[in-house]
Amino acid sequence: MILVPDLPAWAAIAVALLVLAGASITLIGSIGLLRMKTFYTRLHPPTLGSSAGTLLIVAGSLLCFSVLRTRPSVHEILIAVFVTLTTPVTFMLLGRAALYRDRIEGHDPATGAEEFPEPEDR
Amino acid sequence: MSTVILAWALTVAQVMLGLSMICATFRAMIGPRAQDRVLGLDSLYVNAMLMLLVFGVQTGRTLYFEAALIIALLGFTSTLALAKFLMRGEVIE
Repeated sequence: MILVPDLPAWAAIAVALLVLAGASITLIGSIGLLRMKTFYTRLHPPTLGSSAGTLLIVAGSLLCFSVLRTRPSVHEILIAVFVTLTTPVTFMLLGRAALYRDRIEGHDPATGAEEFPEPEDR
Repeated sequence: MSTVILAWALTVAQVMLGLSMICATFRAMIGPRAQDRVLGLDSLYVNAMLMLLVFGVQTGRTLYFEAALIIALLGFTSTLALAKFLMRGEVIE
């Protein structure tokens, strides 16, 4: 509880709000990852954490370090840009790999019914 | 007063991120298929990176930022390699 940077009041409140909002959105995304039924719906919720959650927490960190050192601190933007650029690439590749594996097994989720049964473990 | 609010907010944020890491770990454990496990691993490393950023804000040091950047870089590469492996059966052709 003692480990807190020495920020002025307005910056402390703003950093607290940004970090809390980012953490809540990430938690919502992860609960969605746990609760969704099929793989193709599960692909969506984690992006909540890697887009909005990352942006909000990075904004809080940026504000905190800019006020602490009394000069603009921009190195956190590197993480935001990197995660924003790479998440779509990985999830698109993962979705295509899953689609390929499903088609090899003989059922096509793109043309099939909305609810298709989960196959056995493989 | 504002210091207390910030301390509580950071602690609550860490608890939330820890819970979301648990959710992602659970998804990686129960599967049911390989792509679900890869997805769980991916969101696990994103959550761990955010946790390190919050640690950095808490301690006021930039040390944690570098660790978070390395996690982001290596996590991207590992998820890419795993997706490639699921698609082709080998990583480097």
